[in-house]
Amino acid sequence: MSQANSTDTVQRPVVSTSMRRLKDRLTTHFMGVGGVSVIIAILLIFFYLLYVVIPLFLPASLERSGSYAQPGPSFGKTVHITIEEQNEIAVRWTEQGAGVFFDARTGEVLQNKTLPKPEEVKITSFAAGNLNSATIAYGFSNGQALVAKQRFRLNYTEGGREVIPQLEYPLGEEPVQVSEEGDELQKIAVEVGEESTTIVALGENNNLVIASFGSESDGLMGELSEEKEFVITRGLVSNLSSIQALLISQDQAILYAAHTNGEVSVFDIRDKQSPTFIERVPVVGKNAQVTAFRFLTGGISLLIGSSDGHIQQWFPVRREDSVHLTRIRELEPSSAAITDLVTEQRRKGFISIDAQGTLAVHHSTAKRTMASEKISDSVLSHAMLSPRADTVLIEELNGSYQLVKLENEHPDFSWSVLWEKIWYESYEEPGYVWQSSSASNDFEPKFSLMPLAFGTLKAAFYALLFAVPLALMGAIYTAYFMAPKMRAMVKPTIEVMEALPTVILGFLAGLWLAPVVESHLPGVFSLLIILPLGVLLFAYLWQQIPSNLRARIPDGWLPAILIPIVIALGWVSMSMSQPMEAAFFGGDMRLWLGNELGLEFDQRNSLVVGIAMGVAVIPTIFSIAEDAVFNVPKHLTFGSLALGATPWQTLIRVVILTASPGIFSAIMIGLGRAVGETMIVLMATGNTPVMDMSIFQGMRTLSANIAVEMPESEVGSTHYRILFLAALVLFLITFVFNTMAELVRQRLRKKYSSL
Amino acid sequence: MRKWFKSGDPWVWLNAAAVSVSLIVVLGLIMLIAVRGFGHFWATPVFQAEYQLPGTEAVLVIGEVHESEVVSVDRLKNTGVNVEGLDPRIERQLVKVGNRDLLGSDFRWVPVPFLKNIQYPENIVVIERREWGNFFGFLVALKRGQDTIAQGDATKEHLAVALERAQELHKQIRVIEKSEIGSINYSMERLRLQRRGYELEKELTPEIEQKLAQERSALESEYQGLQKRLNELYTEIKRDVLVAKISDGRELNIPLAQIVRFYEPNAMGLFSKLAHYIEKLVEFVFDEPRESNTEGGIFPAIFGTVMMVIIMAIIVTPFGVVAAVYLSEYAKQGFLTRVIRIAVNNLAGVPSIVYGVFGLGFFVYFLGGSLDQLFFPEALPSPTFGTPGILWSSLTLAILTVPVVIVATEEGLSRVPKAIREGSLALGATKAETLWRTVLPMTTPAMMTGLILAVARAAGEVAPLMLVGVVKLAPTLPMDGDFPFLHLDRKFMHLGFHIYDVGFQSPNVEAARPLVYATALLLVAVIIVLNLAAIYFRNRLREKYRS
Repeated sequence: MSQANSTDTVQRPVVSTSMRRLKDRLTTHFMGVGGVSVIIAILLIFFYLLYVVIPLFLPASLERSGSYAQPGPSFGKTVHITIEEQNEIAVRWTEQGAGVFFDARTGEVLQNKTLPKPEEVKITSFAAGNLNSATIAYGFSNGQALVAKQRFRLNYTEGGREVIPQLEYPLGEEPVQVSEEGDELQKIAVEVGEESTTIVALGENNNLVIASFGSESDGLMGELSEEKEFVITRGLVSNLSSIQALLISQDQAILYAAHTNGEVSVFDIRDKQSPTFIERVPVVGKNAQVTAFRFLTGGISLLIGSSDGHIQQWFPVRREDSVHLTRIRELEPSSAAITDLVTEQRRKGFISIDAQGTLAVHHSTAKRTMASEKISDSVLSHAMLSPRADTVLIEELNGSYQLVKLENEHPDFSWSVLWEKIWYESYEEPGYVWQSSSASNDFEPKFSLMPLAFGTLKAAFYALLFAVPLALMGAIYTAYFMAPKMRAMVKPTIEVMEALPTVILGFLAGLWLAPVVESHLPGVFSLLIILPLGVLLFAYLWQQIPSNLRARIPDGWLPAILIPIVIALGWVSMSMSQPMEAAFFGGDMRLWLGNELGLEFDQRNSLVVGIAMGVAVIPTIFSIAEDAVFNVPKHLTFGSLALGATPWQTLIRVVILTASPGIFSAIMIGLGRAVGETMIVLMATGNTPVMDMSIFQGMRTLSANIAVEMPESEVGSTHYRILFLAALVLFLITFVFNTMAELVRQRLRKKYSSL
Repeated sequence: MRKWFKSGDPWVWLNAAAVSVSLIVVLGLIMLIAVRGFGHFWATPVFQAEYQLPGTEAVLVIGEVHESEVVSVDRLKNTGVNVEGLDPRIERQLVKVGNRDLLGSDFRWVPVPFLKNIQYPENIVVIERREWGNFFGFLVALKRGQDTIAQGDATKEHLAVALERAQELHKQIRVIEKSEIGSINYSMERLRLQRRGYELEKELTPEIEQKLAQERSALESEYQGLQKRLNELYTEIKRDVLVAKISDGRELNIPLAQIVRFYEPNAMGLFSKLAHYIEKLVEFVFDEPRESNTEGGIFPAIFGTVMMVIIMAIIVTPFGVVAAVYLSEYAKQGFLTRVIRIAVNNLAGVPSIVYGVFGLGFFVYFLGGSLDQLFFPEALPSPTFGTPGILWSSLTLAILTVPVVIVATEEGLSRVPKAIREGSLALGATKAETLWRTVLPMTTPAMMTGLILAVARAAGEVAPLMLVGVVKLAPTLPMDGDFPFLHLDRKFMHLGFHIYDVGFQSPNVEAARPLVYATALLLVAVIIVLNLAAIYFRNRLREKYRS
């Protein structure tokens, strides 16, 4: 304190003690509250990530929200029910060909629509087509069929919106002739496409009739449905054993027929005139029957429910040039016979109802049963999921209706989806696939984190392979042998590199290093041999120089002498690259790798990532390891040297042994950094999620994947939450690595101080 | 020999070699960036040569050599060229031939043995254009409407005069288009939002509506006036057209409005090259990017980076210091404090992309979304703060770097000798007074160190910013003359992201590469300077308390 200051204090009005106390106490509180809140804010990261991830693990919940008696019972038994998007209006289609539109919440009948059926014929069969197109078809006793589509038009008025049901007839209001002979249509299946509609029906004598209605070429005239003319193609398959249900694939190319003996026949119906039989496969166990036969959304997978309560997914798989219907997975079985399976329209989920009144919610890809609840004592005969899959409408055998609210945000998530091999639709075998983009609702999202985790570890592995030897050896020399003057320059130089933005390393790796490595591939590998050998050779020659000449270079400046030598060796191996390529690899090592070893070569590969990320990690490892070695108490080294050990022996037996925990923690922190690094991987690889350990191929890491996909991901979707999960995994991995390293380091510090 | 190996000397040499390799990598990297970055602005000579593949006619090639490499002649053979009589290894050069509009691409690989009669004519001119990249060729004439004003050698002087005028007009056009019309558009948008706000509050009385309509029509008439002025300027600037000839003899009309500058690199002396260099350097730092970021300057990226870092520093310093003071001065030193300290320390090692994910989820969607609901309902459904922007970027980076500040400040606090605190307390000062008057002032260098390190880290971080607010091309800066001047909700450009975007997402990577090197150089320079400053402060602090 200077003189002026102290007089200053005297002249100041004296602040009362209580005021000062108050200030002191306020400061204490302020610091307490401020400090704690900052720390909480930092820790918030973990909890927020967790908060976003947790909904993935929640099961679905079912909540009964209403029940009422069958609306319009006079119209006959139900064959099919549907419910529209707003969950306001539902339709009950009956065996008499009537559609009863009713309020889904109360069961109050709003409207009846009877289909224009010819007077004299009987309705003999019914089928619901693709749920997305909301098609239904009735087959008649005279070989005719009628196809209808329900639409719900939204009408916005002052008071709110109003849902108006409508019926459309894609093939016209007149029934179309399916069977030329006028056979009774005992079973029917329909698929309405943009260009043509296919109807398959089971006629008399177990004959299958296939009729395709193509829209006429002069449709340009803009004729309306009233006088529509169709190009009709018909085909026939005769003499089949008894058939129970028929399904046509969405592309109208395959016909599946379930037989009463528990087998499924597959027909190729691409050529409608001459359908060909492909195979007949048993799908359910002995004494069991197929009781539910549906397509999963997308029209590729078959869902089969059986009388013994089993639920299976089947789809055609290509094996040795032919396609076979294959059982893909079986879901948790129910204790009673499955009465129906209803698929979601926008995801690969579905619900099952059974004969004991249990409603269960499943997902095919995730092989998960999200919820299962007994909602009635009676048999559940019909069910429908609303398009948004948030409401289920159920009819019981005794005719009463139940409305069930379904909360099922993330059915497509499970641990097995993330970490196990999954057999995806249209794949030849189960595999680990990450493919999240979805162009349509039919797409099956593939959320395997395996390739990403693999890529992360692969990148970290190659980076450490490059960085650890260099950094540790460098650290040992710097800490133990180097002249203090040189050390004072070298250490900050290498540490400055730690601050180098990784975007710059990534950019150099991708745009400069990758092409250089590609064109000097043999040189890069020969450098691994030439460099150490060359250095040893130089060292040996150095030994032969008269000692008075050698003494001019002060002790501990070896790296300075070696810099030109290393540069020269590098230049030698790079300029040898082309001749070597010509001599050993037929002029082009990339081609040689492909032809001789069968290795694919990407320009931006693991080698490039390894080097670039290695460069990013070297300073981290170097700096911590150097500290550990440097801080080994000097009396230990002196003791060893005094006992006659050479410096190298002392280093190996005493110094490194003592410093090994520190070296370990250096590598851990380096690993943590390599695992989380984003920009280098993003820029120096092709970012394809492949699982291949080859050094000549790229990878996609968890972090790069987040950077690429996060901005496009829809908030709250499964994809969004899985990306958060990936971030959480990264957070935990690095946090655990770093904590371990930190604990080891603290123990080491204690150990040094006690030595 | 064996004895030599046994002594362990060879291993020592290998260890020394590892240090050499690390040093070579560090220095090599920085040199590579420096050479390529600085080289970008130098006016390279432009050659003219006859290029003749065996069996074809010779064509004239004009361009500047960008890169050259030695390749095996087999590769050339594979492309179907007759390679008889050539060495097994030949040199090939990447030549920037420019004239993208006529030749299709800026660059081509040329095997050197096929180049004959290489010359450097002094009258080759390089014209930097606002579209289609550089022009390489010869001046033919300068036209004004239908009249030819100058021809042949006289063109150059006339062009220089006419170009100056065109540049001046172009500047005026830009001022009107960018700031004046931009400002009107901004005010119009604000009026629309005001109206919508009243509507939502159900307070849209006819008087207010009339007032708003009046303001609107005032703005509109102002806009009409500007538009008229703009049209005049456009006619003015279209007055002169340059006729120039490229290597294959085709002539090209280049409106002067399209020309940024022209120069004759082969005729330039050292001083004019230096002047050119400085001019380009200034353009690089202070001008806006052209041609989807591959030409021109990077001013918006520099500005965005600096703004973001400043906002971050304003947030991070007080919080980091308070947390550090709490941890080391007020908190009870026990197991819990130790755990917290380790946790805070380790957060610095958590991957930055994780912070980005957190920022996007928490700040942008959660906080920003709520702010929009509360304060900006009139703009919904288009988000104001519920979308990535500079505020969220700064906040995210503040969280990312707060551990750095805490650790550095704590270190500083622990270095303040106990005697000083005890002395202050013994003189009757309260704890708070001791802290404010003695301890904290003594820790300032440590705080500075922490802040500088935080700034250096933030300036180089890209991955989290890609999620929370950076864009490749921002139409407006986050700070301008329109009320409220500082637009925290805007997206911004960033040096690091600029490197990523231009180097990897640009359609014309080859042309953009030199610019990326220059940008990288700037970024590296800033970060190294910041780090050296931090090291300097830290050392000074250590020296100060050594005794």
